[in-house]
Amino acid sequence: MLSNKKQYYFNLFFFFVTASSAFVVILVVVGIFLVLFKEAFPAISRYGIIRFIFSSSWDPVREIFGGAVPLVGTLTTSFLALIVAVPVALGIAVFITEVAPKRLGEIIGMAIELLAAIPSIIYGMWGLFTLAPLQAKYIEPFLQNLLGGIPLLGRLFSGNTLGIDIFTASIILSIMITPFTAAVARDAFLVVPPVLKESAYGMGATKWEVIKDVVFPYCKMSILGGIGLSLGRALGETMAVAFVLGNLNQFPTSLFSPTATVTVKLANEFTEADKDIHLAALFYLAFLLFIMSLTILGVSKYFIHKTQKK
Amino acid sequence: MKKMLTFLILAVFVLSFLVFWKGAEGASEGKLINGAGATFPYPLYSAWASDYHKATGVKINYQPIGSGGGIRQITERTVDFGASDMPLKPEEIEKKKLLQFPTVIGGVVIAYNLPEIGNKRLVLDGETLCKIYLGEIKTWNDPQIKALNPKLNLPYKPITPVYRSDGSGTTSIFTHYLSDVCPKWAKEIGSGTSVNFRAGIGAKGNEGVANYVKRTPYSLGYVEYAYALQNKIMVSDLKNRKGKVVSPTPESFKEAAKTSDLRAEKHFYAWMTNAEGEKAWPIVGATYILLAKERPQINKQVIKFFDWAYKNGDQRALELYYIPLPAEVKAKIREYWKAHGIY
Amino acid sequence: MIRRRKIINKLALFFCFLTALWGLFWLTFILFDIIRHGITALTPSLFLNEPTPPGIPGGGLKHALIGHLLITLTATLIGVPVGILGGTFLAEYGRNYKISRIISFIADIMISIPAIIVGTFVFAFMVKPMGHFSGLAGGVSLAIIMIPIIVRTTENMLSLVPWTLREAAFALGAPYYKVIFQVVYRGAGVGIFTGVILAIARVAGEAAPLLFTSFNNAYTTYNIFQPMASLTVTIFQYAMGPYEDWHKQAWGASFLITLFILLLAIVGRYLVRLKFKA
Repeated sequence: MLSNKKQYYFNLFFFFVTASSAFVVILVVVGIFLVLFKEAFPAISRYGIIRFIFSSSWDPVREIFGGAVPLVGTLTTSFLALIVAVPVALGIAVFITEVAPKRLGEIIGMAIELLAAIPSIIYGMWGLFTLAPLQAKYIEPFLQNLLGGIPLLGRLFSGNTLGIDIFTASIILSIMITPFTAAVARDAFLVVPPVLKESAYGMGATKWEVIKDVVFPYCKMSILGGIGLSLGRALGETMAVAFVLGNLNQFPTSLFSPTATVTVKLANEFTEADKDIHLAALFYLAFLLFIMSLTILGVSKYFIHKTQKK
Repeated sequence: MKKMLTFLILAVFVLSFLVFWKGAEGASEGKLINGAGATFPYPLYSAWASDYHKATGVKINYQPIGSGGGIRQITERTVDFGASDMPLKPEEIEKKKLLQFPTVIGGVVIAYNLPEIGNKRLVLDGETLCKIYLGEIKTWNDPQIKALNPKLNLPYKPITPVYRSDGSGTTSIFTHYLSDVCPKWAKEIGSGTSVNFRAGIGAKGNEGVANYVKRTPYSLGYVEYAYALQNKIMVSDLKNRKGKVVSPTPESFKEAAKTSDLRAEKHFYAWMTNAEGEKAWPIVGATYILLAKERPQINKQVIKFFDWAYKNGDQRALELYYIPLPAEVKAKIREYWKAHGIY
Repeated sequence: MIRRRKIINKLALFFCFLTALWGLFWLTFILFDIIRHGITALTPSLFLNEPTPPGIPGGGLKHALIGHLLITLTATLIGVPVGILGGTFLAEYGRNYKISRIISFIADIMISIPAIIVGTFVFAFMVKPMGHFSGLAGGVSLAIIMIPIIVRTTENMLSLVPWTLREAAFALGAPYYKVIFQVVYRGAGVGIFTGVILAIARVAGEAAPLLFTSFNNAYTTYNIFQPMASLTVTIFQYAMGPYEDWHKQAWGASFLITLFILLLAIVGRYLVRLKFKA
């Protein structure tokens, strides 16, 4: 038993130890912001902000760097992934909470969480060795034959069906991010007050109508938050996409075009940029991605937070 | 339960401490040398390192991250030596306070995947390659390719040119050649370890290009010869400067190397592309080692390895279709080392 | 009219059923593929041999297995204490300060931050000044990813311990730290442990942050101040190469990593359910 005085001092000591540990979180965020900004500064001062974001040439020989293609690539792959992932995720959440019996729902829930646990490099491996060849041999030619003839829409399916393109990358991404929205949606659906649902049933609504008109509106903010979370994740994915995107610095002209994203560019070029300004431009991209992710994740978490407070 | 947990945690801490301690001690100076850079000579350096380890016990950890990476990492002094197929100009060497010398010569070949023509050899030339990589020639049965290959049954399929997405010396050799034979290329794209390619898909490292070409029908890519050889990928013949069609062989590589001018005063800066000889292969280059001038202790260890390789490694090189440096050049390199106090 | 609503109802719910099938389909497909390709690669040489020069068969992953273990261990030794202590502050000492809400919010965001960004950060502030890549830098970058996860799970688990338990201890005259150690930690122990397990499962599969920090090494080394191989970076390197032998090893490594992580994840979830059942 320590004396009272010693106890007091140890308590104070422990207070500071825990406080500093908690403070590390802030330190890291601020640290990343400052370090990325410092390293990116030569590129920022040379290319400016607007010009860098909207210029599409990435020319290390002529030292003209513009981030438009990877930024657009990041946003495009993420949105394409969301288009598939969000309905699927909501469907899964509905299934788990409203349709399936409790045991089955739990098992499916756990299976979906396992999808989230698979490391992204494994997705990349599988994408390169299994999905891309399947895409190249069967799926993409099939889609091209079926839909390529339609005016306007057909343009999306034109091009060389290599399997190494934005289409394959987005599919893999969509599978990866489905669990995030599904988990948030499921948690939100579970806390809808039963009395609201019961009154709707009491008026003769079908199950789907209850879901559509009671549960969804009630959980609007959470669902948006979940979508934002998935988007934030998709923006930052590297390994799953690096194997199958092709790193071509051009805007995609169809679903079957290779292109580049910020993360894939970083993975490919970071340790190898021999010119200082090239490395600074890469840091500039990293900095922009950091800001984008922080913003989207911050806003999404805020939405989820607000609804939880209720 | 609580006691077991505490014991477990303490055991983990103590064990880890022991492992880290032993690990940090176990690696003494000179036992592990870290290098990084070009994928061009990687199969050879790796084989040399393996032999050297057997002979002396010293580990050479060479990481193939591309010539751009080799240059970057030695400039930042994060590795013991860098490797690059793109030689740095003497002014840059002085500015970055480096030393540079070549180790071996190799040929860059055009690997392709064309199921229709089976084992028959494709013939290409500089201008055609140029147009393919500019995206101007889009299909295999284009008249320009047909003209070079009148007897082949070329299909109406799109060509996918594969290039290097990372900072690559092989790219610099290839684009140096294209800039030489193709004014449009020189004007619009230029040469270097990383250029603004307009068509096709990018792969990481020579091995990445080889991988894509191997698995993707109707694709074509530039690789160092060992990669095509080891993976049994078809490679084309090329029409050289003299208009003769040559195959990639050690002899045609040697012919190209003959005309090069490797001198210590210029830190051995030289190009061997589009060489003059009748039988010369058009895309040949030397690959270099970069050292940080102010680290004599480390450099001495690195030199020991390459000196050993000059003496004992020629056989390995030839097995993999690399060309060992001629004896006069090796002597010049040893003089260079002596002059900088590391030999 | 009712018929139409009933049909729509059936269709919509059927769609939801399909989505669940869709999710399960991909999960089974991917896992099946990994098992199918990975099992054939599990030979003794995979575990015992070091890599051979490219094109020469017989190489193994000993260097990557040991390296990965050491890097993950380093990350755990750094990340777990900081994470638990940080979470303790947020749930205990700092309970009433506004700053705790802010830190908690930021930690939540940091959980999903692109891992490659962490890699570039550690490269700039550790690898460059040190003058070389190192397993330690790799461990630090993984720790940076771990800390927010453990902080949040610890904070959540500690908050679940009823306040009355603490009051009882205070009433007996215990100082706060004693209350934390002997009452709160005891109560939340399993939960915190689960959080740690899940955090380890998360970082064990990371590759991007290691690309620029621990880099890679062709040999086995126990020295964390040297570049170190890791299973994930090796998968990246081998999968992108042309050698069949490399591809096989990459699948083997993928199998091992997936197995390890899924086991951890399942154990973690199971522990959570056990705790909440009681």
